[in-house]
Amino acid sequence: MAGYLLQRLFQSALILLGVSLVTFFLLYALPADPVRQIAGRSATAQTVENIRQQLGLDQPFVVQYWRYLTGLVQGDLGRSYLQKSQVSELIAARLPASLLLMVGAIVFELVLGLTMGVIAALRRGSATDQTLMIVSFIGVSAPQFVVGLLLLYVFAVQLGWFPIGGYGTFSHLVLPAATMGILGSGWYSRMMRSSMIEVLRQDYIRTARAKGLARYRVILRHALPNAILPIIAMIGIDVGIFMGGIVVVESVFGWPGIGQLAWQAIQRIDIPIIMGVTLVSACAIVLGNLLADLVTPFIDPRIRLR
Amino acid sequence: MKKWLISTALALTVALPIQAQDYQPDPNAKAGGGIVVTYKDDVATLDPAIGYDWQNWSMIKSLFDGLMDYVPGTTELRPGLASSYEISDDGTVFTFHLRPGVKFHNGREMTAEDVKYSFDRVTNPTTQSPGAGFFGSIKGYDAMADGSASELSGVKVIDPMTVEVTLSRPDATFLHVMALNFASIVPKEAVDAAGADFGKVPVGTGAFKLAEWTIGQRLVFAKNTDYWRPGVPYLEQVTFEVGQEPIVALLRLQNGEVDVPGDGIPPAKFREVMGDPAQAARVVVGGQLQTGYVTMNVQMPPFDKLEVRRAVNMAINKDRIVQIINGRAVPANQPLPPSMPGYTKTYKGYAYDPAAAKALLAEAGLGDGFDTELYVMNTDPNPRIAQAIQQDLAGIGIKASIKSLAQANVIAAGGEPDQAPMIWSGGMAWIADFPDPSNFYGPILGCAGAVPGGWNWSWYCNEDLDAKATEADSITDPSMVGERMQKWSDVYMAVMNDAPWVPIFNEQRYTMKSTRMGGADALFVDPVSIPVNYDYVYVTDVQ
Repeated sequence: MAGYLLQRLFQSALILLGVSLVTFFLLYALPADPVRQIAGRSATAQTVENIRQQLGLDQPFVVQYWRYLTGLVQGDLGRSYLQKSQVSELIAARLPASLLLMVGAIVFELVLGLTMGVIAALRRGSATDQTLMIVSFIGVSAPQFVVGLLLLYVFAVQLGWFPIGGYGTFSHLVLPAATMGILGSGWYSRMMRSSMIEVLRQDYIRTARAKGLARYRVILRHALPNAILPIIAMIGIDVGIFMGGIVVVESVFGWPGIGQLAWQAIQRIDIPIIMGVTLVSACAIVLGNLLADLVTPFIDPRIRLR
Repeated sequence: MKKWLISTALALTVALPIQAQDYQPDPNAKAGGGIVVTYKDDVATLDPAIGYDWQNWSMIKSLFDGLMDYVPGTTELRPGLASSYEISDDGTVFTFHLRPGVKFHNGREMTAEDVKYSFDRVTNPTTQSPGAGFFGSIKGYDAMADGSASELSGVKVIDPMTVEVTLSRPDATFLHVMALNFASIVPKEAVDAAGADFGKVPVGTGAFKLAEWTIGQRLVFAKNTDYWRPGVPYLEQVTFEVGQEPIVALLRLQNGEVDVPGDGIPPAKFREVMGDPAQAARVVVGGQLQTGYVTMNVQMPPFDKLEVRRAVNMAINKDRIVQIINGRAVPANQPLPPSMPGYTKTYKGYAYDPAAAKALLAEAGLGDGFDTELYVMNTDPNPRIAQAIQQDLAGIGIKASIKSLAQANVIAAGGEPDQAPMIWSGGMAWIADFPDPSNFYGPILGCAGAVPGGWNWSWYCNEDLDAKATEADSITDPSMVGERMQKWSDVYMAVMNDAPWVPIFNEQRYTMKSTRMGGADALFVDPVSIPVNYDYVYVTDVQ
């Protein structure tokens, strides 16, 4: 186990290094010049060059990347070009909001997705099953921007149940978490349905029923834990999908997370922020996958990590 | 040195007209209460030497003051932290007398040393101020810019309440520069204490002080009860909520949760809002010191031919383009916007006349048309506008393919001498830094801007005109303002004759406000404080 963990951590570090290299190179190769964004339109060529030198952007790629990396291993993500603040501070100020949104979305999609999946599996082939699967299909396909605005319009503007965007209380969290979670719940309901149907066919379920156990007991004690198993690993992978979604959802709901930060930085070519957010997101994805793998043997003793 | 005094004798001829037009306090104004303003983007910084975007410009104006200022809602200069000033005969020495008893938000009194420090700081290359170039006419600027000096030799402290600024050339726009945010007076001790984070903990002399800043969520400005201008601000506090989509902000305004959506009315909702009398009544419309234009690179054939450039000017149907953006603009016929001093009212511009345009092309030997590229920023409505231009050009045989790119990439292409034959400036269009015609020339039409990385995307460089522009800006005597404006008008007419641009439209500003907000309409379309002048607006529902 320890050996496996070490090996995985080493792999993760390599992945992050690769991500940093690729992102840094893409930003380096960008035809747009960040220095001119900083210098503004009234700057003289000399001012532009001055700033370029101060930021070290006149150096060759290898030197620039090495500098960044040296800072990185010391925990220094640099300062934002335009805001001048420490990137680590900017991210730290916004990360809790993104994590909260992610947790909210996971809870939402699991509760909704698994419930829908179980009901659909138990009523396989019925109208309920079909309706639920159509709903989940819509959930998977609908663009988050549209879902977000729709939820906002119906539940916040028309019905007034929730605040119109913003951050702070539990009721602020509901709509953005639902927007993010609806996508996942579609996946989960479909996976849960097939997984459940698969399990319900197994001999031990028939045995359990045959020995006279109550139906709910069979479902809750025998079927459900086994059906959920393959789905747990998905949660870790979800983190990656969420990282893409938060950019949109945070914008729609005015949620002060790192997705918003990234979006604004991209528009202004604020390279240190783009790098910082990319690395933090990559870390989250790598960690999510790692956790998913580590958790599996605890749920299913048949799986051993090597 | 013979000086004339604004504050005393000659004030009768010079300063009185300004005094007479100074802001008259609103008799209905009530003190107290607060408003909520929303923005989509986070506020980058409140450091007056750094901040140069849309939303922080007016915020910084309310936190800081410069030596000069504008009469609220107008483009008229008025004294700010300087209570009076004198200009030498040759227009190169400005002596500013500071207002006594002005206190920074930290309680310390502002002195001439702070003025000197602030100018040294903004021009110091290590500050990386995007506004440093505005101070180029101050003596010693070049030595600052190349790093060989650490203070401006042209700025001298005469006594604690007097500063003398010497210019290396006469500069009629210098008082406007003194009213720019970049010329705000900052206290050295607060900047030193905060270092690079001064933009997060700003300390100024302005009408408001920063009370709270939760990154990514909200900023709260609280009234500066020690503000040196009597009676203002009226509002107890202004809350800026950031990260709000314009469309969400509009919904919240309708719900009574927001007073001013800082990003304006979202294009998709524009018709709906203007079509509903109740909502339209909350909209204030005003001019904007902005022009949207198409540049033609005069160094790239066939745009090196005057006939071709004039033909393009006649080929584009500007009325139709204005319709595309729901009439949120007025068609333009010259570089300057109508609300800018120096605008030539009598000029009619190139009339829309595709037949004549075709004839001109034939004259240039291009009767069969030609292929070219039109660069455009990739956010709505710009690609749609580019398509309209493309169709108009096709009408006279010019096949323009559209290059739709991110803003920074279009700017980069424009700054190369041989990359972008045509650029539609939308989304990057020139908005004046200060209300003076010179601001539309140097960087975007003058030779100084026609350099790699510059903003003169038509690469038009007419040295005679540059000389005329310099001549106009050497007229510093305020009594000769009419003559100066005439010279500028001539410059822009000459530009139109050479036709390096097709001026397309001047955007109008549509500011939406809640019904509880009070104050003259001009305050809501203030030319220098966008979206509103926070120091002078008020709310009507306070006791």
